[in-house]
Amino acid sequence: MMRKLFDIIAGNAVPAVFILISAFAIPLSGYSATYLVQELLTRIGRNSFLILSLLIPIMAGMGLNFGMVLGAMAGQIGLLFIYDWGVVGLPGMILACLIGTPIAIVLGFFCGAVLNRAKGREMVTSYILGFFINGVYQMFVLYLMGWVIPITNPTLLLSRGYGVRNAVSLVGIRGVLDNLIPTIIAGTDSAKQFININGAGTFIAVHVPYLNGAIRIPLGTLIVIGLFCLFIVWFRKTKLGQDMRAIGQNQAVADSAGIAVNRTRIIAIVISTVLACYGQIIYLQNMGTLNTYNSHDQAGMFSIAALLIGGASVSRASIANVFVGVILFHLMFIVAPMAGKNLVGEAQIGEYFRVFVSYGIIAIALVLHAWKRNREREAARRSLRGNKGGE
Amino acid sequence: MIKRFIQNAGWPRIIIALFLLALFIAAPFVGVRVDTSLSNTLVRFGMNGVMVLAMIPMVQAGCGLNFGLPLGIIAGLLGATLSIEWNVEILSWLVGMAGKYNISWLTQEFADTWREPIGLASAIIIAVPIAAILGWFYGKLLNRVKGDEMMIATYVGFSSVSFMCIAWLLLPYKHPTMVWGYAGRGLRTTISVEGYWLHVLNDSLAVNLGDYSSMPEWINHLYIPTGMLIFFAVMAVIVWIFMRTKTGTAMTAVGSNPEFARASGVNVDKMRTISVVLSTVLGAVGIIVYEQSFGFIQLYMGPFYMALPAVASILLGGASVNKASILNVIVGTFLFQGILTMTPSVINSYLQTDMSEVIRLIVSNGMILYALTRKVRG
Amino acid sequence: MLLQLEHIGKEFYGNRVLADISFGIEPGEIIGLVGENGAGKSTLLNILFGMPVISSTGGYEGEIQLDGHRVHFTSPNQALEAGIGMVHQEFSLIPGFTATENILLNREVLNGSSMSYVFSDRVSTLNREAMRQRASDAIHTLGVNISPDMVVSEMPVGYKQFIEIAREIDRKNTRLLFLDEPTAVLTEQEAEILLIALQKLARQGIAIVFISHRLSEVKTLCSRIIVLRDGRLITDSPAETLTTREIASLMVGRESTRKEEVPEISDAPVETGSVDDTLNAAPKKKKKPKPALKVEHLWVDMPGETVRDVSFEVKKGEIFGIGGLAGHGKLGIPNGIMGLYPAGGKVRLFGRRLTLNKPRAALGRKMAFVSEDRRGVGLLLDEPLDWNITFTAMQTQGRFLLGIPFIFQMRNEHAMAKETKKFIESLGIKCTGPKQKAGELSGGNQQKVCLAKAFVLRPDILLICEPTRGIDIGAKTLVLDTLREYNKEHGTTIIITSSELEELRSVCDRVAIVDKGEIAGILPASSPAEEFGMLMMGEKMRVALAATE
Repeated sequence: MMRKLFDIIAGNAVPAVFILISAFAIPLSGYSATYLVQELLTRIGRNSFLILSLLIPIMAGMGLNFGMVLGAMAGQIGLLFIYDWGVVGLPGMILACLIGTPIAIVLGFFCGAVLNRAKGREMVTSYILGFFINGVYQMFVLYLMGWVIPITNPTLLLSRGYGVRNAVSLVGIRGVLDNLIPTIIAGTDSAKQFININGAGTFIAVHVPYLNGAIRIPLGTLIVIGLFCLFIVWFRKTKLGQDMRAIGQNQAVADSAGIAVNRTRIIAIVISTVLACYGQIIYLQNMGTLNTYNSHDQAGMFSIAALLIGGASVSRASIANVFVGVILFHLMFIVAPMAGKNLVGEAQIGEYFRVFVSYGIIAIALVLHAWKRNREREAARRSLRGNKGGE
Repeated sequence: MIKRFIQNAGWPRIIIALFLLALFIAAPFVGVRVDTSLSNTLVRFGMNGVMVLAMIPMVQAGCGLNFGLPLGIIAGLLGATLSIEWNVEILSWLVGMAGKYNISWLTQEFADTWREPIGLASAIIIAVPIAAILGWFYGKLLNRVKGDEMMIATYVGFSSVSFMCIAWLLLPYKHPTMVWGYAGRGLRTTISVEGYWLHVLNDSLAVNLGDYSSMPEWINHLYIPTGMLIFFAVMAVIVWIFMRTKTGTAMTAVGSNPEFARASGVNVDKMRTISVVLSTVLGAVGIIVYEQSFGFIQLYMGPFYMALPAVASILLGGASVNKASILNVIVGTFLFQGILTMTPSVINSYLQTDMSEVIRLIVSNGMILYALTRKVRG
Repeated sequence: MLLQLEHIGKEFYGNRVLADISFGIEPGEIIGLVGENGAGKSTLLNILFGMPVISSTGGYEGEIQLDGHRVHFTSPNQALEAGIGMVHQEFSLIPGFTATENILLNREVLNGSSMSYVFSDRVSTLNREAMRQRASDAIHTLGVNISPDMVVSEMPVGYKQFIEIAREIDRKNTRLLFLDEPTAVLTEQEAEILLIALQKLARQGIAIVFISHRLSEVKTLCSRIIVLRDGRLITDSPAETLTTREIASLMVGRESTRKEEVPEISDAPVETGSVDDTLNAAPKKKKKPKPALKVEHLWVDMPGETVRDVSFEVKKGEIFGIGGLAGHGKLGIPNGIMGLYPAGGKVRLFGRRLTLNKPRAALGRKMAFVSEDRRGVGLLLDEPLDWNITFTAMQTQGRFLLGIPFIFQMRNEHAMAKETKKFIESLGIKCTGPKQKAGELSGGNQQKVCLAKAFVLRPDILLICEPTRGIDIGAKTLVLDTLREYNKEHGTTIIITSSELEELRSVCDRVAIVDKGEIAGILPASSPAEEFGMLMMGEKMRVALAATE
């Protein structure tokens, strides 16, 4: 009993520590509850989809898919094209997804094939693969676009006539999904005020007494995320999901049972890459600007850190981990700079602190995983002894 | 014969060597001086050589590629910044010692010509023990995560760099050339080493062909940073000798087959820890050599990606994930730095655009990918 | 006739492991297949199941008929589809899955869905209810009571075995089932349940081939018993015509083939330098017996080779053999003494206590070890021969070094190469020189390198595991002769562990047989093979025959 309790606490140590940090930092930052809730909702909408795309490779035993940045790059290429063609609004977003999908499939297939050649070190390989494809992406965007690939819109290009500019404004699709079904939650007074400013009838307003201020709900995005969660729940129940779980636990056994191990692993990575592509598009429609050469860089690291903070491990992750993670991680992200400033008078410290936490948490998760795996291997060896020497 | 050579050298290396050769041949046609390019390559070779050398012990002991090099670099940065912070104290202490033993000419030397070399030496002397301690803990950690060393090393490197970002802000450095002027505390992002130990190694015994009027015009821009190359050679020889000692031999055996080593009475974990310590110390020395040539100490996120070029260099030189030699270091560093020097100058002159960054990304990461996906026997 | 084998034979690299095996199996029949380790059972199974190892080494001779038609499987899955199931000795179960999920692995019951027309069956969801039903049916057929929802990792070992069998039964078309040592991990009670279940299966028309070392079980369960020995079919007779004792003697019982004429090696390894004085002073062996090694209540925690409680003595200058079936702990004894696996108990060398669990301590006491796992433990495959041969001596005895001990010592490449050359000549190692990589040599030559590595240490006691495993006939004799020679030359005490009883009987003075982690008995090598056979088969007759002069 005690042991079980201990296991539960130990199993959730990471989220617990973050709750503690937040409990200290929130009052220090001095932000209002309304502000925090608003910020959190925005970030849940912005990031959840990307993080959810990590779940399937974990199920297939391939660890944290650092190669998800490949999908992010595919999504960005889609966005660049719709910008160039001037397709805006929801159709623009859908078109961007349609362009990104085949690119993501090809990249995912390549990534899966490479990872099959590097079994046992999938993570470091997918990580380096991310850098490698980043080089190819830069080559494509910085040199080929506008030179080999015709780009008609000069505002997209650098002054030299080819290559995409560093910052591309995505005004055309900004917030289209978030504001598809405009909704606010507001206190009675605030709602009136809000409607006065934004015009009546354009918002579905939910009145909550005693709430100070108004909170916008990115309902469209949340619905898409909800659908994605349903997809994952369904996927787990399929034969393919079952096969992935089997491979994730023991490739040799799965192979001897006739499951096509390598093929299934590639499928897992392809699905993850395609979803990451959509995730990045959703992320950028919220942000409104595309940093052509940086946006994808951070996508992988922050998503992975958030998932781990949610209590997931390299070999086990659930939908709940995603949401707990995204809330705790971004809570820290929002309050850390202010808390740092109020504590030592330097916002910079908070900035660095959150970067440190992101990397540190990944390092700790990896260490714990390797540690545990080595111990389990030892235990498995022991169980092989059978009952002959069990005493 | 040729087939065998190709097999030994490996396709990626040959392609990149030919590419580099082509760049050198093409250089004069686009108005790039070969002698300048060669000088730059030599300088960059000397700058990066020791950090690439730092890969050898860990690879040989079976700990994989040291993606955690930033940890060593941090030790080097601490040594470098402290050597400047305490520059005056160190010198006056030495002068005092010389005075105490009545060696007046030494006093003169300390205050004058030896001032900069002493600065560099003090940076190294401060950095090495810090690196050894960090390396020891790092080695203990890696012993517990056998099989996953590379990924964990990467993130240990990252988190230590970001941790130091906070430390650089908070550590009580006082020296006016290093801290932010307006706040009076917190180190600057880049700190010039001019006046302390800029080019101490580069310029000692340096050969500048331009100094000799008899030299033909096409070669008189050649500059050889002899001191730095000698320093690299000395470090390489030290590593070479170490790998041939009893301990070095045991370390190689551990990397080759840990079970064999254990059955032969070798303490596997101890050997691995020693290799990590050595690797970290070399990383610390490496960054100081780099900085004295580069001219600046880069703090904060500066060391973040520094492991990748070093890893790529040694792989380019023909090392695998579990075997590396001094020759791999020399060949790899030369090829890699050659490409980095030549692509901006030659390709840019030709295409009027800077593709060097992209080429660096593709070559270095492609090389690491190639090594990771290569079938290893066993 | 369900399955008919006609003149099956197989050679590995000119090494004959199976010859002229013919027998048939009727539906519903239970056949016991017995034989020592290395008698050819596993090769026979590999051929039947079309394992890649067979086709990649040149296929097999003879022909296999299923229902009177000739078949030639090229992968285990083909055999499965044809209705031949196999339950392995090692569990191939997924630990985190439930019994149901494991029994129906890759044969899940699916809900039909429109998606599956567009993509493939793999996007249909699982019908958990139907799966559970099928799994519990299969479990019930076996007559055991295991919840289909139990997770395999939480099951006792015996249950896992039942799940493995249930998986094969669930296959609708299974007509012939091979069971490799199914009772080895079961308690007596569980084994009984299993035997009853198997009889029940047979009554339903499924033919069963039962491979086991537990002869009493074989005798009670099977209607026919087939004995293999040295790759040949020795007997194929109804079970009631044989006693367990007869079966045992058929398995091991050839006349002692102790070779009288041994091809002499021209250059026996000659030790140079200071050979241990006690050794030189020691008179011819067996003159003055005194225990070189005394083992009391040794236990060793070596996976798959657990030693529970072992005591024995080895005289100085003796060649002592340790035999027994695989998995019973014979390999655990030398590995435990050398400190490679956690061990306990008392080990005395020449009267002085040896520190266990420290390879360095064992090596320091002038013991040398040749591992059974040549490629895994015995060699540095990626390093040159001179490293392989001199490394242990360098690390433990400080030889082949230049410089000052503890301060600065470098490898003496010259001395290393010289020593290596000496062994290349004296043992006839076929190689290009001391700088060739060990991984490039053939099995026999690698084994010689391992021996050289041990000889370099100038040991008082030499422990050798499986000296002839995986090497060809010619090299086998050479290796054994080298050992005999070395023993004669230096008076070194040698302990050989081997699964090949004949080999032990031909070289050793005395042979101990290990059974279930304990010593079943110690016999002089000249005892009749039958005696050894009975000890090995675990027939409870612990003859503690101490060999006496």
